[in-house]
Amino acid sequence: MNYRWNWSILLQEPYTEWLWSGLQLTVAISLASWVVALSIGVVAGVMRSLPGGALRAVAGVYIDVFRNVPPLVQLFLWYFVFPEIVPESVGLWIKRDLPYPEFVTAVVAIGLFAGSRVAEQVRAGIEQVGSHLLPAALATGLRPMQAYRLILVPLGLRAIVGPLTSEFLVTVKMSSLSLTIGILELTAQSRHVENYTFQGFEAFTVATVGYLVIGLCVTGLMRLIDDRVGGAALRKASS
Amino acid sequence: MSNFDWGIIAKSWGFLAEGMALSALLVLVATVGGLILGFGLALMRLSQNRLIAVPAAAYVTVMRTLPLVLVLFWFYFLVPLAIGRPIGSLASALIAFVMFEAAFYCEIIRAGINNVRPGQTEAGLASGLRRFQVMRHIVMPQALRAMTPLVLNQIVIVFQDTSLVYVVALHDFLTNASIIAARDGRPTEMYTLVAVVYLIICLSSTKALDYWRKGRAA
Amino acid sequence: MIVLKDVHKSYGRQQILRGCSASVSLGEVVVVCGPSGSGKSTLIKCVNGLVPFEQGTITVDGVSVSDKTTDLPALRAKIGMVFQNFELYPHMTALENVSLAQIHVLKRSRTEANARSEALLARVGLGTKLASRPSQLSGGQQQRVSIARALAMDPKAMLFDEPTSALDPEMINEVLEVMQALAQDGMTMMVVTHEMGFAQRVADRVLFMDGGEILEDTPKAQFFKEPATERARQFLTKVLTH
Repeated sequence: MNYRWNWSILLQEPYTEWLWSGLQLTVAISLASWVVALSIGVVAGVMRSLPGGALRAVAGVYIDVFRNVPPLVQLFLWYFVFPEIVPESVGLWIKRDLPYPEFVTAVVAIGLFAGSRVAEQVRAGIEQVGSHLLPAALATGLRPMQAYRLILVPLGLRAIVGPLTSEFLVTVKMSSLSLTIGILELTAQSRHVENYTFQGFEAFTVATVGYLVIGLCVTGLMRLIDDRVGGAALRKASS
Repeated sequence: MSNFDWGIIAKSWGFLAEGMALSALLVLVATVGGLILGFGLALMRLSQNRLIAVPAAAYVTVMRTLPLVLVLFWFYFLVPLAIGRPIGSLASALIAFVMFEAAFYCEIIRAGINNVRPGQTEAGLASGLRRFQVMRHIVMPQALRAMTPLVLNQIVIVFQDTSLVYVVALHDFLTNASIIAARDGRPTEMYTLVAVVYLIICLSSTKALDYWRKGRAA
Repeated sequence: MIVLKDVHKSYGRQQILRGCSASVSLGEVVVVCGPSGSGKSTLIKCVNGLVPFEQGTITVDGVSVSDKTTDLPALRAKIGMVFQNFELYPHMTALENVSLAQIHVLKRSRTEANARSEALLARVGLGTKLASRPSQLSGGQQQRVSIARALAMDPKAMLFDEPTSALDPEMINEVLEVMQALAQDGMTMMVVTHEMGFAQRVADRVLFMDGGEILEDTPKAQFFKEPATERARQFLTKVLTH
């Protein structure tokens, strides 16, 4: 294998600047998407765990559809198709006046995809906790909706903090899809550097290290929250 | 909706079908290769020898943390270099998928094996069976039973993952649809079609699996 | 037959076995009793090498268990073990459970192994359950299959790790009867159990363990009439009055 090593290009401008801005964009997209995913996912998950009714069905449709279309396809739908099928004025606004259109589109697409996965985790957490605590709560005279609101949902959410770590990591990985609509996040920039310098090893290694470090931070943060919230004990008690 | 030309779907049928054939090939190779390599990785991770277990664990962790896009770029870059001459993107993509999905299959297999009660291994050893005999006759049959639904679930995920070969311009279903979308200026029709096709295939597979799993548990 | 000399075992910083010594002669039935956490199960699992130990020696039929050159599988084939949780292989029928080790360790042909398995299952009272899976059998039936499975290897000795602790009360007797019949046929047995009635009827000697040590090693009659140590006396009063 004849490959000329040159790790010093990583310290040369503009390559350092490219990679650094790529990393920042990756973090920004990941965080923004995660906020969207959590907000929608928790609501949908709680709706899905209800015993019956329209809310449960609607959440079910959301989860079924958004989990079974590849995230890249979902991104293209939001970017290419959505502006065309909404009323003319809204479409024009999206295409002309929306600030940072690619960024917003990516965050919406990734957020809704990850949200469907979060919803499933939330539902599973509530059901797991509820199977033990609901009978006990009802036995003390609480009405089903009260038991649900006061006990099942708060405890169910606490129980899934640990399992949600993997969903957060999925969101980080999905941020790389935004390169298809022109966002120069970390993976895109590493390829950019490789195109210019032919130093693929060095460029991709930086991206790899970047994702590993982000992954470690995410795992560490979630574990901290899980510890503070007592998730492990809840999961053990409900198993 | 009147300025949409849905007839374009009929016109491009052949090209799209070719793309779907490639997607199917990717799923097949990724799954078969991924299961074989994944099984090897699982055994390595379960080994008592740290020199074997730790590298395998590191490989699995890295592959599960990196985006598939980056893994595709890595192998796109590495494979021709390693072989010494340029090679088609299909080969690089196939290798990348096998190496990537192997990490996920490894974890499914490892969980299946670990969930077999340790007492089963003790009982086998106590009757004089050697370790590999215990694996073969007692542990693996039970592990396989447990992991089959998870493996089938992963296949649906792999099918979705194959759409990412778009980033290396491999002519799968999504890429071919995007080519037509760009060439004929019909992104709405094309991408809607792609979404609907994936939705039908994945959703029906998932529902069928759920149904089958409930039937077995009954 | 089985000789334990000064066996020590630790798990991390916790010491489970402290210098245990005992012996079981050919044809003897030795019961090991004591409170939970006394190390009884660990001790018996050291005898066939399922649990490794740091110090001391255990010899079975003259072969040292901890010697690195010992062929452990061959040794284990000569000792049968019955577990608290039965540990029947759920994906096999009762007949297949009993035949598995015969075929793959003793290298008997499938027909010969199955014939012996049938006879053994009939001997423990389950001649009609050959094709049943463990999930279709009661706890007592599963444990009897488990005993037949151990007997299929023509063992020189049998180890029992709390064989009736996981059973519903009404099924305990059917298992104890099988074990009693085995003892009467002259099998060398080492039994960890809480069933003091069984000990009184069938045992030759009783080992009392507490805190990882063997505090008593006395003939049965004497143990139940007048145990030597205070700890054993307390244990007996608690166990026998409930």
